[in-house]
Amino acid sequence: MLRLLNIEFHKLKHNRASRVLTLIYFVLLTSIALIAAIKFDIGPIKFHLAEQGIFNFPYIWHFNTYMASIFKFFLLLVIVSMMANEYSNKTLKQNLIDGLSKKEFILSKFYTVLVFAAISTLFVFVVSLILGLIYSDYNELSIIFSDLEYLLAFFIKLTAFFSFGLFMGILVKRSAFAVGGILVWLFVESIFKGFLFWKFNSDNLDTNNQVNSDLSTISVNDIMQFFPLESMSNLIKQPFTRLNAVQSVGKQIGENFSQDFSVHWYQIAIASAWIFIFIYASYALLKKRDL
Amino acid sequence: METILSLKNLDKKFGSVHAVNNLSFDIEKGNVYGILGPNGSGKSTTLGIILNVVNKTSGSFSWFDGSISTHEALKRVGAIIERPNFYPYMTAVQNLKLICKIKDVPYNKIDEKLKLVNLFERKDSKFKTYSLGMKQRLAIASALLNDPEILILDEPTNGLDPQGIHEIRKIIKEIASTGTTILLASHLLDEVEKVCTHVVVIRNGIKLYAGPVNGITATNGYFELNVDSDAKLLVSALEKHPSISDIKQEDDKFIATLENELSATEINNYLFKNGIVLSHLVKRMPSLEQQFLTLTNNN
Repeated sequence: MLRLLNIEFHKLKHNRASRVLTLIYFVLLTSIALIAAIKFDIGPIKFHLAEQGIFNFPYIWHFNTYMASIFKFFLLLVIVSMMANEYSNKTLKQNLIDGLSKKEFILSKFYTVLVFAAISTLFVFVVSLILGLIYSDYNELSIIFSDLEYLLAFFIKLTAFFSFGLFMGILVKRSAFAVGGILVWLFVESIFKGFLFWKFNSDNLDTNNQVNSDLSTISVNDIMQFFPLESMSNLIKQPFTRLNAVQSVGKQIGENFSQDFSVHWYQIAIASAWIFIFIYASYALLKKRDL
Repeated sequence: METILSLKNLDKKFGSVHAVNNLSFDIEKGNVYGILGPNGSGKSTTLGIILNVVNKTSGSFSWFDGSISTHEALKRVGAIIERPNFYPYMTAVQNLKLICKIKDVPYNKIDEKLKLVNLFERKDSKFKTYSLGMKQRLAIASALLNDPEILILDEPTNGLDPQGIHEIRKIIKEIASTGTTILLASHLLDEVEKVCTHVVVIRNGIKLYAGPVNGITATNGYFELNVDSDAKLLVSALEKHPSISDIKQEDDKFIATLENELSATEINNYLFKNGIVLSHLVKRMPSLEQQFLTLTNNN
């Protein structure tokens, strides 16, 4: 395993584009801390975001992992190009001739994905811990270390997303098209989701329709949760309406934001299944191909 | 004799194209092999299969008597196929270090091999700045990093200028002289003739011949003869000789093909006794090119 990681990092560290993108990514992760500096001070209206409770334990784990996962696109570019470049430079062929097996090749990429996801998780953990210790209203150990499943969800989310990137890199062999392919897939999922909502609503109106009446007992989200990108975004839901300040505003205007914000085991399981499918499909694809 | 590589009934189809057809041959340690064949005859596909980058349709091959898996075996092999493939953004040394990591060998051979191919002065230049000749030489250096038991070269001089071709050939000859087994695929026959001891001839994926270079067509050679006087006398005298199977005129010379072993002294003596004085007599063995053309046309 160390040998494979060593090989992959040798390829990455000498590539300037990868180095720059990785650096930008980690700088952006750190920049979450800058939210603390958002402060309005206009006469009577004093607003300091850091004191609105967003850095309270354990809410901070939810908030920061959600914010940090927005930046994953920078690392996706690195992952996709490290795969697709092997095709365009034909170095994949050379690697195999030099004595790397196809399995080792895929594993070296997957281990790299795991390392990137693990470092990101560690990074978010440290940044959040420091921010929390400075701004949180609650500082008991038991509260600090509750809700840590958001970090696990973050790790799985990144790994699944990057595995998707690896798979697309192998499938289309060109970085630009692979990233485009992921965007297209995002549209396909959204359109399908929209279609389901439309379909269910029209079925509910037509209650006499016996054929589809069974369908109305399951909701759109029950179906959508099995799709790759939807399953990843389900892992960490948007944290904004969970905030006390927002909740109280909601109550005043008569809107109820009650939603299930927690991380469920079956969501972790679905995303993990996708990781396995993407990596195994990459291997099967590579094995079947003549280079 | 130790067998390094053994192919048995290897078959590869690309859709309806039968690229490699029931191919079997063995590579023995210490010999220099040439795989000959016109463009598109299946040479590169065959090498691709044994190098783990092309999937076979049926048949089998085994490295080192099948004692280890293909990718482990390839760590003991040095191979260059078609064009040199390296990471363009890395320098020569960085590229070679990566190959050392893949092959599980230490870095200490890098400088030595770069000197061997005359790239030591440019070792810290990025690969993308290299000329084609330099890239090809770097590929050779990379193939030699593990002091391979067998070196596989696919068209190593393709696309090079005469100077580049000369340099690559010189390097190949140097490597061959150290006793390394070499497998060289080429359609350039003089290239193979100059370095190889054994040849495998392929056409349309079918093996036409495998064996020593001089056994490619069972031949006893031929004579080039000429006389200043009457040529008809010469022809009729030659026709009567039992060892000569065929006589034809080429330009201003007569070519007499031999059926049996016959020395230049014997033929000279025979003709002199028949009152013919030669102005020109040379005994030749056919070139590999002539043999190759005979073989690929007859079958």
